[in-house]
Amino acid sequence: MKRYDAIIIGAGHNGLTNAAYLAKAGLDIIVVEKNDYIGGAAVSRELQEGWKYSSCSYVCSMMRQAIHRDLDLGRHGLILVPYLGTVNFGDGDERFFQYHDEEATYLEIKRHSPHDADAMHRFQADLTRYSQLIRKTLMRTPPDPTSFRPRDIRELLWLAKKFWALGETELYEYIRFFTMSAAEWLEDYFENDMIKAAMASPGIIGTALGVESPGSAYILLHHVMGDVDGSIGAWGLARGGMGAISQSIANAMQEHGGELRTESGVKKILVENRNAVGVVLENGDEIRAGIVVSNLDAKRTFTRIMDRDDLPDGIYERAKNFKIRGSSGKVNIALSGMPTFTGVPDNRYLSRGGQGFTGSLETMERAYDCWKRGRWSDDPFVESVIPSAWDPTVAPPGQHWMSNFIQYCPPKLADGPWTPEKRDAFGESVISKIERYSPGFRDLIVHMEVRTPHEIENEIGLTEGNIFQGELTIDQLFFNRPFPGYGQYRMPVKNLYMCGSSTHPGGGVSAVCGANAAREILMDLRKPNSVPDDDFYDE
Amino acid sequence: MTTMTSDPYAGERLKETHFYEREAELNIRDAWSSWNGYLFADYYYDTEYEYFCIRNQCGTYDICPMQKYEITGRDAETMLDRMVTRDVTRIGLNRVAYTVWCTDQGRIIDDGTIFRLADDRFMLTCGSPCTAWLRKAAFGFRDVTITDLSDDLAALSLQGPTSCAVLKRMGLGGVETMKAFDIRHFPFHDGNLMVSRTGFTGDLGYELWIAPELALTMWDELYAAGEDYGIQPYGEAATNMARLEAGFIMPHMDFTEALKTVHLEHDQTPFELQLGWLVDFKKPHFSGRDALLEHKRRGPVWTLAKLDVEGNWPAEDAIMYNNEKCSHEIGYVTSAMWSPTVKANIALAMIRTESLKGELWAEIYKAKELRQYRRMAKCTLKKKPFWMPERARTTPPADV
Repeated sequence: MKRYDAIIIGAGHNGLTNAAYLAKAGLDIIVVEKNDYIGGAAVSRELQEGWKYSSCSYVCSMMRQAIHRDLDLGRHGLILVPYLGTVNFGDGDERFFQYHDEEATYLEIKRHSPHDADAMHRFQADLTRYSQLIRKTLMRTPPDPTSFRPRDIRELLWLAKKFWALGETELYEYIRFFTMSAAEWLEDYFENDMIKAAMASPGIIGTALGVESPGSAYILLHHVMGDVDGSIGAWGLARGGMGAISQSIANAMQEHGGELRTESGVKKILVENRNAVGVVLENGDEIRAGIVVSNLDAKRTFTRIMDRDDLPDGIYERAKNFKIRGSSGKVNIALSGMPTFTGVPDNRYLSRGGQGFTGSLETMERAYDCWKRGRWSDDPFVESVIPSAWDPTVAPPGQHWMSNFIQYCPPKLADGPWTPEKRDAFGESVISKIERYSPGFRDLIVHMEVRTPHEIENEIGLTEGNIFQGELTIDQLFFNRPFPGYGQYRMPVKNLYMCGSSTHPGGGVSAVCGANAAREILMDLRKPNSVPDDDFYDE
Repeated sequence: MTTMTSDPYAGERLKETHFYEREAELNIRDAWSSWNGYLFADYYYDTEYEYFCIRNQCGTYDICPMQKYEITGRDAETMLDRMVTRDVTRIGLNRVAYTVWCTDQGRIIDDGTIFRLADDRFMLTCGSPCTAWLRKAAFGFRDVTITDLSDDLAALSLQGPTSCAVLKRMGLGGVETMKAFDIRHFPFHDGNLMVSRTGFTGDLGYELWIAPELALTMWDELYAAGEDYGIQPYGEAATNMARLEAGFIMPHMDFTEALKTVHLEHDQTPFELQLGWLVDFKKPHFSGRDALLEHKRRGPVWTLAKLDVEGNWPAEDAIMYNNEKCSHEIGYVTSAMWSPTVKANIALAMIRTESLKGELWAEIYKAKELRQYRRMAKCTLKKKPFWMPERARTTPPADV
C-alpha cells in the first residue's frame, strides 16, 4: 500500500496552503476532504442558477500577500479586488457614510460630531501602530515561554524588543488593550454613539462576546490589521468569490504535485505506538503517511476523530473545553435588482460597498443578551456587502448577491434544537431588519440561503459554526493557541500537526496557519524551508 | 490693438475632448492633467478603483488627444512601409499592427499603430504629433495624402473582461467574433462606428472610433449598456498601471522620442527596448535600416528589462547596481509599481546589456511620515509580460 509523506485532513484554505508548501518542498502529500467541493469556509457555490454564493467567509483582507505572491496565485486565477465605502445605519434615521476618501469622511464625521472627526485621526494612528506590531507576529511561530531552546529564547527576545521599542506608556496601553472591551476602548476617542457602534462592530464579529465584554478590543484589532495591497484596514473581494482563493491555492498545490481527494471524510486518525501513522476514511479506506496534519478545529480533531486512549492525559479535556462557541449566522440572498436604502445617496462608490446595520452600542449589546439566553435577536447586528456590484462573475448582469453576516445567532436554542422552521424564522428576522432600512427589499428576493451555526457545523465542520475555529481571546491566542504548550503546530501525539485557524494566528482567510505549520513540519523533517517570510509595507 | 476676448486666458486654457461633457460629470475629484493640449483625466474617482475596473469589469479611456493621421493614395502603402520598421504590405485589410519608426540613425521617433482600412487607405495613431515627420517621409512619393484627423475623430478605449459583453448589449452584433487586432465597422445612427480589438492594457479590450457629432450619443449608449457590467471611466494613472503589468512602454517614461532628444545617447533603438521583433529586414529599404542592421550586429548597449523586485517598495526612479554595496552603476528604473493583480513588485529598467548576466540591485528610497528610508532590493529578470491573461486573446471572449 502506498505510504504518503503527509496526509492533510480538510481542504479548507489553510489545509490547502499547508499542502501546497509541503508539496513545494518535494513531499508526496494528499489532501482529504469530506465534502464533494473544496474550500472549507472559503468556498463559493452555485445554489441558485446564475448566482455564486460565498456561503461562509465573504470578504478578505488578511490573506498574506507574501503567500499570494510566492504561490503565484494570480497566475492560478486569483484576483483580490478592494471594495470601497461603507454605510452605517443608526437605530433611527441617522446614517454614517464612510467614504473611500479620508477628507470626505472627515467632513462626514464632522456632521455628527466635530470632536469625533478630529479624534478619528488619533484613533487611526493608534490602531495602525497597534496592528503593525501584531502583524509582525503573524507569519512567525510563537515562542514557547517555558522553553530554554535557543530558538524560543531568540524569538522571545525579538518579541520583547519589539514591545520595549513602544516605550513605557505605550506598553501599558497595549497590555490594557488586550483585556479591554471594544466599547471601553472607543470611549477614549469618540462621543457619538452611532460612530462608536460603527467602529466597535469588528470587535464582536465571529465572537461570543459583546461590545462591552473584556477582550473584544483585541478582536476589533484582529479584523482591521489586514490590508489590500498595502492599504491597511481595507477589505477586498476575491473575483469569483472566496472559493477562488481556495481554488487557486489548490491549483498551486496540484502544480507542485500534491494530490486531492474529495468525498473522503476522515473517521479516525490512526495512532500506533504514540505515533500518528495515517487515517481511516469514512468509507473504511486506510491511508498511511509519515505525518498527519489536521486542518480541523482543535475540538473536532481531538474529540471526534481521535481515540481518547491515543492521547496523553488531559488533552481530551482541554479540547473538550476549548472555547469555540458558535455566535454567528449568515444569510445569502439572491436579488433581482440593486436594493436602495433610505437616507443613502445613489453614490455608487458608497452605497454599493458595505452596509453596517450597527445601530448603537446599546442595540448591539442587547443582541448579545439574546444570544446568552439562547435566542436570536429581533434587532440583530448585520454586516452586509453586495459583492455582485464589484464582481461581475457572481450574479447575472443587473441582478445581485447580498451577503449578510449576523451577530448573534446561538448554536443551541433555549427552546430545543434548531429546526428548518426556526432557521427560516431566524432568516426572517434578518430580512425584516434590512427591510426597515430598504423598503421593498423583500420583493427583490429571488432565493436565499440561511445558515445558522447548525448548518455551518454540519456542512463545513466548524464546531458550533465558530468562524475562527476557536475564540480569539487572550487565553487562546499566540502561544496559548490552541492549548498552552502546543502553540507551535506540533500536537501531543508524535507526527501529528495542526494547520487550521485553531492555531496561531487564528481565524480569517490569511493562509498563515497553514504556511506556518508547513514551516514547522519541514523543520522537523530537516527539509529546506519552502515558506516565504512575510513582507510588510510598514516595517 | 487686437480685440480683447472675453477670456484673457483663453490661449492658455486646455481644450476639451469630444467626451469632455460626460467625463466632467464623472470626474468628481476634478483630477485633470493634460495630453497634447487637451484636458485629460489623471483619474476620475480613485486610481486603484479604476485600475481594478480594467482587470475585473470594464472601463473607458478617452483617447481623443491621441494623434490620428489618415494616409491615402496609391503610394500610401509604399510610403508607410518605407517609414516604419514593420512590413506594412503584410497588414491585412481591416487589421491593425503595432510598430515603431526610426531616424536614419536607427533611433526611435515614436511608436504607434497602423490601421489598414483599404488597399490605399491607412490610419496611423501615435502619442505625439507627427505631421512634420510624415511630410518628410512622404517626400518624393506622388500619390499620398496625409490628413490630420486628430481633432475630427473621437476615440474611446473600452478595456476589461466585460468589455465584449457591453458591446454586444449595445447592439454591435458579431463583435464577439473579432480577433485581436481586427477592425470592424458597424452602422451607428446616421454614421459609422469603427471598432478595433486593440488597447493599451494587455487585457481584453476594444477601441471605438466615431465622428465627433456622434461621440456623446455613443458614450450614452455605451454607458447604458455597461451599467450592469461595472463600466467606469479611467484616467492616465490607471492606464499607466495596466500597461506596465502588460509590459508596454510609455513615451517620456521608458523611452525618449529621438527627435526631441538633446543628448543623443539618451534615445533608444528598438533593440534596446526589446522591440527587435518589430524590425523587418526582409522588406525593402526603410528609414534607419542600415543603422539598425549595424545595431543588431553589435547588439544593444542598453536593454529595457522587466524586473521582479524583492520586497514591496515600488522602485520608482531607482538607480540599478550590480551589487548590494552600490559600487558599480549599471542602469536606472524607468517605470515601477506594486502590481495588485500579479502581487509582485514590478519594474522596467534600462540596464547595460553586459550587466544583465550579473546580480541586479535597485536602490530604492521611500518616505515614511516625512523621513526618508533607503533599501537595496534584489531584482530578478522576467522574460514574459508580468500579466498576460488568456482572455486577452480568446475569441469569442467570455462575458465576464
